[in-house]
Amino acid sequence: MTAPLWFRVLRGLATASLIIWLILPLIPLVIWSFAKGWRFPSLLPQEWTLRAWEIAFSDRTGVLESLWVTGAIAMLATALAVLIGVPAGRALGQLQFRGKSAVQALILAPLIVPGIAVALGLHAVFLQLGLTNTFAGVVLVHLIPTLPYMIIIMTGIFANHDPSFEAQARTLGATPWQTFRYITLPAILPGIIVGGLFCFLVSWSQYILTLLIGGGRVQTLPLLLFSFATSGRNDLTGAISIIYILPGILILILTARHLTGTHPALAAMVRR
Amino acid sequence: MTDLTVQNLTLHYPGAGIATVEDLSLNIPRGSLTALLGPSGCGKTTTMKIIAGLLRPDAGDVRFDGQSILQTPPERRGAVMVFQNHLLFPTLTVAENVGFGLKMRGLPRPEIAARVADMLALVQLPDMGPRRPAALSGGQQQRVALARALIVQPRVLLLDEPLSNLDAHLRAEMRDLIRSLQQRLKITTLFVTHDQEEAVALADQVALMLDGRLRQHGPPQDFYQRPADSTVARFFGGVNFVPGRVAGQMFTSDLPPLHLPHDMPQGPGTLTIRPESIRLGPGDNTLQAHVTDRIFRGTQTRLHLSVGSIPLLADLPPDQTTGITPGTDLTIHLPPAALWIMP
Repeated sequence: MTAPLWFRVLRGLATASLIIWLILPLIPLVIWSFAKGWRFPSLLPQEWTLRAWEIAFSDRTGVLESLWVTGAIAMLATALAVLIGVPAGRALGQLQFRGKSAVQALILAPLIVPGIAVALGLHAVFLQLGLTNTFAGVVLVHLIPTLPYMIIIMTGIFANHDPSFEAQARTLGATPWQTFRYITLPAILPGIIVGGLFCFLVSWSQYILTLLIGGGRVQTLPLLLFSFATSGRNDLTGAISIIYILPGILILILTARHLTGTHPALAAMVRR
Repeated sequence: MTDLTVQNLTLHYPGAGIATVEDLSLNIPRGSLTALLGPSGCGKTTTMKIIAGLLRPDAGDVRFDGQSILQTPPERRGAVMVFQNHLLFPTLTVAENVGFGLKMRGLPRPEIAARVADMLALVQLPDMGPRRPAALSGGQQQRVALARALIVQPRVLLLDEPLSNLDAHLRAEMRDLIRSLQQRLKITTLFVTHDQEEAVALADQVALMLDGRLRQHGPPQDFYQRPADSTVARFFGGVNFVPGRVAGQMFTSDLPPLHLPHDMPQGPGTLTIRPESIRLGPGDNTLQAHVTDRIFRGTQTRLHLSVGSIPLLADLPPDQTTGITPGTDLTIHLPPAALWIMP
């Protein structure tokens, strides 16, 4: 069946504008990173150079170290979010208990309340615990914006997951751990991947919380990027921006198939 | 072979306020096939889940060979449950599904492969191993589910309505397969069903459950010839109930006095006779009946009769009922051996 012409035209326009909206702002960044002076009114720079990239990857700027720190924080925050989010999602998705809607509202709260308000309150607590200006403190505070995504996604996954499969596995001789390993995990893995992806990207782009709790001692890429952007080094800003954007795009491409629809084999495990 | 005993089992679902299983006691002798029969919501599946270890009872005990297994986790009980909707693991192949229980027990791969092949041959699906469960028909899926349960050589096999999702012809085939495998492997089997014909055709013993309570337990023919009460009799298609009183071997009621077999409980009681046990013509306990209606039912013709004020239903072979039309007067007799008194 072919869609009517007007629909195809509209769809084409929508797709094109979406691509322009997403891609266009990135083009000047790429040009800047290779430009040796780029002034109004010239459309393109007169001279090209790799100097900005050389500086970016040299020890002086700390880009490589930041990249490592940002990645480590994002991965640890994601791992923690998975560890907390999977059991929490199971409880919210499959159990009925008193105060469930209140718990759900509380989990959503960090997405509604501005992060800075939460972080300011937490700062006092973290100060007492000695977690300010530390790597661990930043990892922990990144759970505030990431955990709601993980729990919401896992709640949906578990609400649609038929627990009878686990009961069946148990009577066939699987221990609770084997049941999780061979039955539950394959069924919820797409959810964990999508949730983990969200968590990683949310943590990766976190600025305010890192700044407040890390106190400038924990230099993540967005912090570094901001300091270069405000110092007026457009070429360096461009190069670092691209380094900063790239992992997100890579992750998205690698996991795109999990984001679209359900795994055909797992559709059968959905609660009927 | 394991002897399964359920004693005073009680489970009330929290909050619902209704007893799902109420003081249930049942013995299933080793190697036998017992059907747990009852309408939906009577607590059959709950009982089965308690035996499998998926639910904890509020009170009572479950014993395998005299040993309580309530403290044993489900995976170590050796009570394998086959669910109504087969529950084959969709991410695994048919062979992996069948071999699942052996893999969980840590058996070496070659042994698992050999036993899976044997088991698939036993359920007549020898070449289906590499397929995905979704590629199989409903009947084949159910057979894989059965193979997956049997391969671990369970002490007790629990079948929860394994036939109810199948078409009529597949159902008969599957029923015969279950019966022959059970006879061959001699596994103590509890079979949950709401279909009394299925229960009777398959089981050595039938246990009828109504509203969470066990109402009658015994060989299938007892439910037809010797029902415990009128509810049980009705569940098995009993239709003739006459209130009256037993004195010695005589039954007095609004019908003329009737001869009973000996050893009937004395005092007030309800007389019942199967519709197919009523005979035409004179004999012992002869009655004059008036035909009020006649319904052709294929293999039998059902006559609606009235004897005075008492209505009776009789099922007769169609060739005996030619010429009998509503309004006819008939001589019938109720053979004493077919009469049964209930409280």
